[in-house]
Amino acid sequence: MFYREAGQFRTTYEADGQLLPIRQDRIALIATLAIAALAVPFLASPYMLSAILIPFLIFALAALGLNILTGYAGQLSLGTAAFMAVGAFASWNFVARIPGIPMLLAFVLGGLCAALVGIAFGLPSLRIRGFYLAAATLATQFFVIWCLTKISWLTGGSASGVITAQRIEIMGYVFDTPQRKYVLVLLVVALMALLAKNLVRSNVGRSWMAVRDMDMAAEVIGIRPMRTKLLAFAVSSFYCGVAGALYAFAYLGTVEPEAYSLDLSFRILFMIIIGGVGSILGSFLGAAFIVLLPVFLNIAAHGLALPTSVASNLELMVFGALIIFFLIVEPHGLARLWQIGKEKLRLWPFPH
Amino acid sequence: MKLLHSIVVGAVLAATVAPAFAQEQFVALPSYRVGPYASGGSGFYGGIIDYFSLVNAAGGVNGVKIAWQECETEYNPSRGVECYERLKTQRGGATLVEPLSTSIAYGILDRIPQDKIPMTMLGYGRSDAANGKVFPYVFPLISSYWSQAAAMVKYLADKNGGSLKGKKIVHLYHDSAFGKEPLPVLEALAKQQGFELVKIPVAPPGSEQQAQWLQIRQARPDHVILWGWGVMNSVAIKTAQRNGFPREKILGVWWAGSEEDTVPSGDAAKGYTAMSFNTPGNYPVLDEIRTKLYKAGKGNLSDQARIGSVYHMRGVTAGILFVEAMRTAQEKFGKGKPVTGEQMRWGLEHLNIDAARQKAVGAANMFPTVKTSCEDHEGSGAVKVQQWDGKKWNAITPNWIVGDRALVKKLIDESSNKYAAEKNLKPACMP
Repeated sequence: MFYREAGQFRTTYEADGQLLPIRQDRIALIATLAIAALAVPFLASPYMLSAILIPFLIFALAALGLNILTGYAGQLSLGTAAFMAVGAFASWNFVARIPGIPMLLAFVLGGLCAALVGIAFGLPSLRIRGFYLAAATLATQFFVIWCLTKISWLTGGSASGVITAQRIEIMGYVFDTPQRKYVLVLLVVALMALLAKNLVRSNVGRSWMAVRDMDMAAEVIGIRPMRTKLLAFAVSSFYCGVAGALYAFAYLGTVEPEAYSLDLSFRILFMIIIGGVGSILGSFLGAAFIVLLPVFLNIAAHGLALPTSVASNLELMVFGALIIFFLIVEPHGLARLWQIGKEKLRLWPFPH
Repeated sequence: MKLLHSIVVGAVLAATVAPAFAQEQFVALPSYRVGPYASGGSGFYGGIIDYFSLVNAAGGVNGVKIAWQECETEYNPSRGVECYERLKTQRGGATLVEPLSTSIAYGILDRIPQDKIPMTMLGYGRSDAANGKVFPYVFPLISSYWSQAAAMVKYLADKNGGSLKGKKIVHLYHDSAFGKEPLPVLEALAKQQGFELVKIPVAPPGSEQQAQWLQIRQARPDHVILWGWGVMNSVAIKTAQRNGFPREKILGVWWAGSEEDTVPSGDAAKGYTAMSFNTPGNYPVLDEIRTKLYKAGKGNLSDQARIGSVYHMRGVTAGILFVEAMRTAQEKFGKGKPVTGEQMRWGLEHLNIDAARQKAVGAANMFPTVKTSCEDHEGSGAVKVQQWDGKKWNAITPNWIVGDRALVKKLIDESSNKYAAEKNLKPACMP
């Protein structure tokens, strides 16, 4: 009923291969983007923008990066936050050391630095896989944070190691209000999500999935595992690096090693597990779940006038219970739930 | 299902009901009561809230009741920023914020002058924020890390007959922004007074320190400054005992000087010394909190034994400073009505809590005299040294110790002017 596809004929290869084959999906996506870009900046409160939507988009981008690596290419990683840190610190250094460098270029260069680090730490993936690789990428996490606290050149010689992010200025336009920062983040994230969606549909994405599903077989049919795996590490780290730079510049306002702790890596891992491993939409759903739920629970507990100590622990308990619930009911995450819902809506009101 | 239902109903109620809060002074408390630093956070915020409740029970500040709201940050900078953004517009707008976390304070440092909400940093954070010309909205009240480091050296020099020449001091520190903060002061004083400074970092969280203490044993220092936080402290004390290093020679930072640090170490902590900006003991204000709040079941701490503990007393001190700032601001801008964030800033900049005022609030000699000005947002810089006797902390310096103020002032000016240059700020006092 809601997804009646009757009458939607595809007569060309282009039409058949388009991004979203169902018309309803296309309309929904365009409407969502239009609302997000045109209506939200004017309607949402500064709190909504700067404390909820901006971190949601940034975490979604980081989850997207991890999803490319883990979901599509099948390489487990626990170093997401480290790649984010590289992106943030590299961007800060580019802006601080090269006068007049365009801000967006600094973000891209920061992402490229993260990609280089990603390739370096992706090398073990050629020999080991699964949990062993996860442990190896854990080394990235410790190594990068150690470097950032040890080498004071990277933090501009600041005594405490915490530095304030520079003002975002693009072509003379200063992004200092929550609205402007939100629009910038939205643009970057939407563009990169579109890129990722196309990437995973291309032969690059197919070779990632082939390596994920069985790398021996992939090699037999002519996919070079080394190139494929390292490309996945590079692209994934690039996404994480840009997310890290946005996290520092558009959200926190400071650049410091402790913001990129192992804890953050785990949170992003939970995002893709709950959102859906190997799904672009899943990265967004997972980020929304992890960012919004604690805030919602916190506000709800406050509304119930619970003592704060109880409220904080209740938050952890409900959060943990919901994660377990989701994983039991739908191990493939929220994206799969949405897919099932879509199938049901197609047949509504006569489901199987 | 019923719980879920009531949570949803509660959320809807919280979102729709917006009562008028005309006669309230709203304070934002981005606190932490879960996570790795929960013991510190619950004691500190418990102390602030206990004192606020006490003031409210007595009718408020000239009739203005204090309102507050907590928001759980888990000591996480990202959640701290979210909490700040959430709290700042509640109940007509926050007029004061205290995050008790260096990272969160740094995260909101650039936002508070825009929002015109003063932030206090009681005993942590950017030491150079004491320069009110560059940081008009930031108040590292009572004592910053730099003043503390200078006072530590002063105390150790006094202990060694006035001079540290030829002595060796180990700075064993939490390898983070917090642990590195005192280095400029310690290095400058080492050069000036001719003692050797050995810097030994401990990777956070610091639950393994065998290598560091072997290094200390080989170095044979005269004193060890323990600049630790959380689990690192009790591990250091226990490892020192195992390596036969006398605890009397260890001098902890004030985040290494609470019951939560010494009790888990058991006997090993006996004789251990640490800094404090409170004098341990009992005070009339604590008795009032016991009788008026906890007897009536209105206290904030779940464990009554923690009343008067180091963190709790620190929170009560913060509460007293906040309330005095409100009072000072009301005296200028009109008694009996809440002050705005800008007016509160003025109040914090013109604090004068002398011995008489402390006695009036039932806290005589609990903390040093605090007198702030535009040039000095710290207002004191004086600290005490306390020693653990196995059961409780005792002050072992009868008077408040002040280190080399001139040196600290010089470093503050250098560092804050550098910040001002980076940010294109014109240092100036606000009216």
